[in-house]
Amino acid sequence: MTTAYNDRAGPFTHAPTSVSKTMFTVLAALTPATLFNLWMFGWPAIFLFLVTVGSCVALEFLCVRIAGGSPEGAIGDGSVLITGWLLAVSLPPWAPWWVGVVAAVFAVALAKHAFGGLGQNVFNPAMVGRVVVLVSFPVQMTAWVAPRPLFSAGAPGFVESLGTTFGRNVSLDSISAASPLGFVKTELARGIPVDQSIVNVPGLADLLLGFHPGSMGEASVPLVLAGGLYLMWKRIISWHIPVSLLGTLFLMGTLFHAVDPARYAGGLFHLITGASFLGAFFIATDYVTSPVSKQGQIVFGIGIGLLTWIIRTYAGYPEGMAFAVMLMNALTPILDQHFRPRVFGRTRKGQPLPVKGDQ
Amino acid sequence: MRLFPVRGGIHPDYRKERTSESAIVALPLPAALYIPLQQHIGAASEAVVAVGDVVKKGQIVARSGGVVSAASHAPTSGRVAAVTDFTAPHPSGLPQPTIVIEPDGRDEWAADLPPGIDDPFAADPKAIRDRVAASGIVGMGGAAFPSAVKLNLGTQHKLETLLINGAECEPYLTCDDRLMREFAAEVVDGARVMAHALGAPRVVVGIETNKPQAIEAMTRAAAAFPDVTVVGVPVQYPMGSERHLTQAITGRETPARKLTADLGVVVHNVATARAVHHAVRFGRPLVRRVVTVSGGAIARPANVEAPLGTLVSELVAFCGGFSQPPRRVVNGGPMMGQPLPSLEVPVVKGMSGILALTLDETDEKPSQPCIRCGSCVTICPCGLVPVEMAAFIRHDNLDGAAKSGVMDCVSCGSCSYICPSHIPLVHFFNYAKGALNAKDRERRHLDQIKALAESHALRVEKQAAAKKAAAAAAAAARAQAAAAPLTDDDKANA
Repeated sequence: MTTAYNDRAGPFTHAPTSVSKTMFTVLAALTPATLFNLWMFGWPAIFLFLVTVGSCVALEFLCVRIAGGSPEGAIGDGSVLITGWLLAVSLPPWAPWWVGVVAAVFAVALAKHAFGGLGQNVFNPAMVGRVVVLVSFPVQMTAWVAPRPLFSAGAPGFVESLGTTFGRNVSLDSISAASPLGFVKTELARGIPVDQSIVNVPGLADLLLGFHPGSMGEASVPLVLAGGLYLMWKRIISWHIPVSLLGTLFLMGTLFHAVDPARYAGGLFHLITGASFLGAFFIATDYVTSPVSKQGQIVFGIGIGLLTWIIRTYAGYPEGMAFAVMLMNALTPILDQHFRPRVFGRTRKGQPLPVKGDQ
Repeated sequence: MRLFPVRGGIHPDYRKERTSESAIVALPLPAALYIPLQQHIGAASEAVVAVGDVVKKGQIVARSGGVVSAASHAPTSGRVAAVTDFTAPHPSGLPQPTIVIEPDGRDEWAADLPPGIDDPFAADPKAIRDRVAASGIVGMGGAAFPSAVKLNLGTQHKLETLLINGAECEPYLTCDDRLMREFAAEVVDGARVMAHALGAPRVVVGIETNKPQAIEAMTRAAAAFPDVTVVGVPVQYPMGSERHLTQAITGRETPARKLTADLGVVVHNVATARAVHHAVRFGRPLVRRVVTVSGGAIARPANVEAPLGTLVSELVAFCGGFSQPPRRVVNGGPMMGQPLPSLEVPVVKGMSGILALTLDETDEKPSQPCIRCGSCVTICPCGLVPVEMAAFIRHDNLDGAAKSGVMDCVSCGSCSYICPSHIPLVHFFNYAKGALNAKDRERRHLDQIKALAESHALRVEKQAAAKKAAAAAAAAARAQAAAAPLTDDDKANA
């Protein structure tokens, strides 16, 4: 009998949970929507996706190696794959390769590892990457293309696509189109009311399915929703953030649209355009950068919904999800302080509950 | 009966089927019994036998060592072979004073056991409490708190309910389940006697609904007594926690730093109730208990009724030994049980299970960084934020941890169980609680020293002042004496 029996305290049983299991379930939930997106935007999108995810993995390897950790273990937990994946689908699908690489540097090296690695970052790494390239390279980051599904007529071939992603002479003007949110915003700036411009954006079915210009992840609401519901069913995420976020966005859109339809787009339009669903189910729900308590998560979701609507409606950018997520990320430590469960046997203020008869 | 929701909790893999259908079997008398003097919470008991003494079964061998303490009795007849230090069933593996008894094989009860109380419901509650104390009964669910002290709560509180805890929410364990199925009448009688001792008008037996046969048997046994209700409670770990079971059944939340007795509820375990039945009805002290011997590494898992003091190695051998090398041997359930340093430790009053677990079952993995998933916050049955407390403790910020509520943690282990990063959260909290308690003791000790020093200084000062006053008085008296004749003369002259 050796004393190796008692070198550890209990419990001596464990739920079948692990970090990598959680992360790979998220990746599985993202897969159908992403495959659809890659098919829809063709070879350039596939190249950009591979470059972005590959750069993130390479940077993770490098950073963990420098920090003296085990790079294999860090990559094996799957978290960097999620970062790279979400970052890739938040970019314009035909963006040049270096946009993906620069975004990856800011996402993985700066937003994640400079803060201490997995679990230590304040801001969602994928959103940091996206926002940095968005404000640094506005031309490349707003060059949207209309979907040209793989193998369809008019879709670029393999070699031609290599030129789009890795070449130097892409004439962005010839391919660019506006995303629905961007279109409505530009038209409004030109003095055309929302209720008139909105009839020129793709129809409801196309918006839902994603047959409109935009970043990859903005396409296909049903598949993103299916992935999100799968994550809820698997208990990886709960309803609190997605429902409060989408609910707030819908409510704000509907309310203001009712007041002035010429100025404000409707609630449904806000929901099914842009990155609303992807953001609500896959980005805002990032564990590390969202509050740990359900109460905090509801406030967090409401905050993102509200800020997204404000940015889309009043600010210079047509889409505000990334900014809204990052702003609320910054508030997460404070939300964690103020929104917490009530301790058993204590009042919300932390005093012991009164005993019957001796208040 | 209406039940009330309890926050959080987990649903572990229960693995009770391995022993739930094994009827309780009695262990043959082992070659030697080891009775530690500390089997309970409180002061250690004091040996009242010496080497060479002949003892009978049920004879007292160690008397209660204080207000919160418990006596111990010879589990069989035989000879005291030694009073010596022996490894305690504690993770530290440290030795403690232990009485070693060599059985003579006759297993004879002592002739001078107290008689059974014929009608305990007519007896003075104090007589029952005294009998329970004399019988060395402690809480047999695992905490091992002296039961007589807990039966005293009725003298200071107006009690409404005696809650009998048959939840048995720990995975693997089935000793309480079997006890309720096989000895339901004894458990119900013991419970009613305790309720009388407490002055509580009603008894509620709470049993998790994953033990339908136990619920049925207990319901049948309680049918004749309108004051006893048997109720199935949800299968939700840690339902067996005193405060949580009270909340599920009465809907009332025990205030922090108070007892369930402040709500009019006292909770006792089913095995304790049966021990009280034996003590009160037959005058038999606590000398045996049922232990679930289970786990993937045990060849033939079983529920064994063993004399107290039996070596765990004998229990394991009785169950066919190990079928494969265990990764852990645990005293109690897998959630809150303690690892055993060795198999050469005795069975004690609070030992509900011996689990020999394989690596597959313990699922031990190195811990990874926290990903802030919040699972620990969602499942904490005490409404705490384990992720935050652990962060404080990791930086040795004990005050921060205390402010964040670590002293309200019941150490149920649900957070460690659920954590995808395999962070030993409850281990952090147990460390912090120990360190904070030590700090508190230290502070009280210093306060006491300060108070003593201050009172000493005051006393010295007073003495000095008294001396000064006395000296002054003496001087004054002398001066007066010197002046007095003159005054008298003056008076005479006048």
